[in-house]
Amino acid sequence: MKTPRILLAALASLAFATPALAHPHVWVTMTTEVVYGPDGSATGLKHAWAFDDMFSSFATQGLDSKEKGKFTREELAPLAKVNVESLKEFGYFTVATVDGKKATLGEPLADYFLDYKDEVLTLNFILPFEKPVKAKELKVDIYDVTMFVDFAFAKDNPVKLAGAPAGCKAGTELPKEMTREDALRLSQIPADQPNTTMAWGAKFANKIVVNCP
Amino acid sequence: MKRRAWQRGAFILAALLILAIAGHALAQPFGVRPPSAPAGEAGGFAGWILAKQAEFYRMLSGAIRAAKADGSAAYTLLGISFLYGVFHAAGPGHGKAVISAYMVANDETWRRGVVLSFASALLQAVTAVAIVGIAAALLGATAKTMGDAVRVIEIVSYGLIVLIGLRLLWVKGRALLRLLRPVKVAHAQHAHDHGHGHDHGHHHGHEHHHAHGHHHHDHADEAHAWGHAHAPEPQDLTGRHWLRRGLAAIVAVGLRPCSGAIIVLVFALAQGIFWLGVASAFAMGIGTALTVTAIATLAVGARHFAGRLAKAKPGIGMLLVRGLETAAAAVIVLFGAALLLGYMASERLL
Repeated sequence: MKTPRILLAALASLAFATPALAHPHVWVTMTTEVVYGPDGSATGLKHAWAFDDMFSSFATQGLDSKEKGKFTREELAPLAKVNVESLKEFGYFTVATVDGKKATLGEPLADYFLDYKDEVLTLNFILPFEKPVKAKELKVDIYDVTMFVDFAFAKDNPVKLAGAPAGCKAGTELPKEMTREDALRLSQIPADQPNTTMAWGAKFANKIVVNCP
Repeated sequence: MKRRAWQRGAFILAALLILAIAGHALAQPFGVRPPSAPAGEAGGFAGWILAKQAEFYRMLSGAIRAAKADGSAAYTLLGISFLYGVFHAAGPGHGKAVISAYMVANDETWRRGVVLSFASALLQAVTAVAIVGIAAALLGATAKTMGDAVRVIEIVSYGLIVLIGLRLLWVKGRALLRLLRPVKVAHAQHAHDHGHGHDHGHHHGHEHHHAHGHHHHDHADEAHAWGHAHAPEPQDLTGRHWLRRGLAAIVAVGLRPCSGAIIVLVFALAQGIFWLGVASAFAMGIGTALTVTAIATLAVGARHFAGRLAKAKPGIGMLLVRGLETAAAAVIVLFGAALLLGYMASERLL
C-alpha cells in the first residue's frame, strides 16, 4: 500500500503551486470623515484614499497633462470615474454597522475626484448612508478580503467627525495581528470542534468606531 | 479503448466545468488593475510567503528612488528585486506548477529543469520590458492599454498551457490505458522493459527498437509529442531535440509577464530611470527562476523515485509511473483551464 501514498506525495508537491492566493498590489493610506447632518444623525462617510507611489505612477501612466509629471483634477476626472465605477462591485470595501445592525450605503455622491500631489494619487469620495443614521455606536469596516488592496489608516488623525453631536468620540481599531497567546489559544481548540470563541474573519479589517451618548 | 478515452474526456470536461464555476472572480477595484493571480485568503506558510513578498515589493519603490539619487544604491535595488522574485515565485502563479508537472510527465532531467525554469523566468522579464518599453516608453500608452495588451498575452499563454497539457494527456493517458488493459499481458511487460531502459540509458537503443517493431503506431505517436520519455542520452542532452520540445512550455509560461515587474518598470519610467527598472525586472526573473528550479527539482526527485520503484516492482511500478505521468499531464490541463476560465469569468467573457 506504499504506492498510492507516494503518488499522493508527488501530486501534493505539484498542488503546492495552486494559483489560489493573491498578495496586495495596491496600498491605500486612508482617512475618513464621518459627516453629520444638522439633526445629529450621520449622513455619510467622506473617504480620502491615497495610493502608494508605484500604483500612482502606474495608474497615471500615459495620461495627458499640460505640465509633465503633474495632473490637475480635470485631467484626472476620467480616471476618477473609472475608479469609482469599478469600486461599486466591491461595495467600496466599506461596511457600516449601526448599533450592531448593518446600515445600507448608497452610491458615491457626484463630487468625487482624484488629486495628485507629491507623486501620490488620492481618491476622494463621499459614501452617503441610504437613510441618515442615529447611532450610539457606529462601526465602519474598511478592508479587501482578497488582499488585492491593502488598506491602512493614515498615521495622523485617520478619523474625523464633521458636525457630530457633542460628546461623540471617534477611534480606530487596527487589523488584529495574531499574538503568541492567540496562536496558543487557537492551537488548543480541538481540530474536530468549530472555532466559536475566536473570530478571525474580520482580522484584516480596519475598523472605525464612533460612540455617541 | 475509444470508449474509455471518451469517458476520460467526459470526466475532464466535468472537472473543468466545476473549476469554471468555482473560479474566483478577479478583482478590479480601481479599474486599472495590474494583472495578477486570482485572489483568495491566506494563512500559515502561504501567508508568510505573501507577507514577505509584499514586504520586498514595498521596498522596491524606495530602492528605485534611492538609486535615482545615488547610483550605488542600484545594488540594493537589484538585491531587493531578486528577493522579491524568489518569494513571488513561491507564492501564487502558474509558472512553477506547469514547469514541474511538465518535468514529471516528460521524465526530464534536472539540468533540463534548470534550463526550462531560467528560460521561462527570463522570458517573463523580457515580455514585461517589451510591453512597458514599447507601449509606455515609446508610444505613451496608458495603464489601461497596457492592461489590454497583457490580457491578450494571458489568453494566449493560458491557451498554450491547456494545449500542451492536452497533448501530453493524450500521449500519456493512452500509454496508461494500454497498461490497464489486462488482455495484453505481454504488452504491459513490454512497457516495463521500456521504463527499465530509461534508467539505464545505454540500454535504451535496444528497448527502443523492440518497442518500435511491435507497436509501430504508438511509438510514432509518442515521438511526435513533446511527451515522449526518451532516455537521457548524452546526445539528447546537448542536442536541440528536447529543447525544441520544451520550447512550447517555455513560451507558455514565460509569455505572461509578472505584474510586479510591469509596475516597477512603469514606476522607473516615470522616475526617468527606465534602465534601472529593466535591471530590476531581470533580477526578479533570476529570483523567480531559482524558486521554480527548486520546486521543479522536488518534482524531478519524486519522479525518479517513482521510476526506481517501477524497476523494483515490474507490474504495479510501471503502472505507477504511467499513472504519475498522466496525472501530471492532467494537472497541466487543469491549471491552464482554471487560469483561462477564471480569467474569462473575471473579464465577463463567460
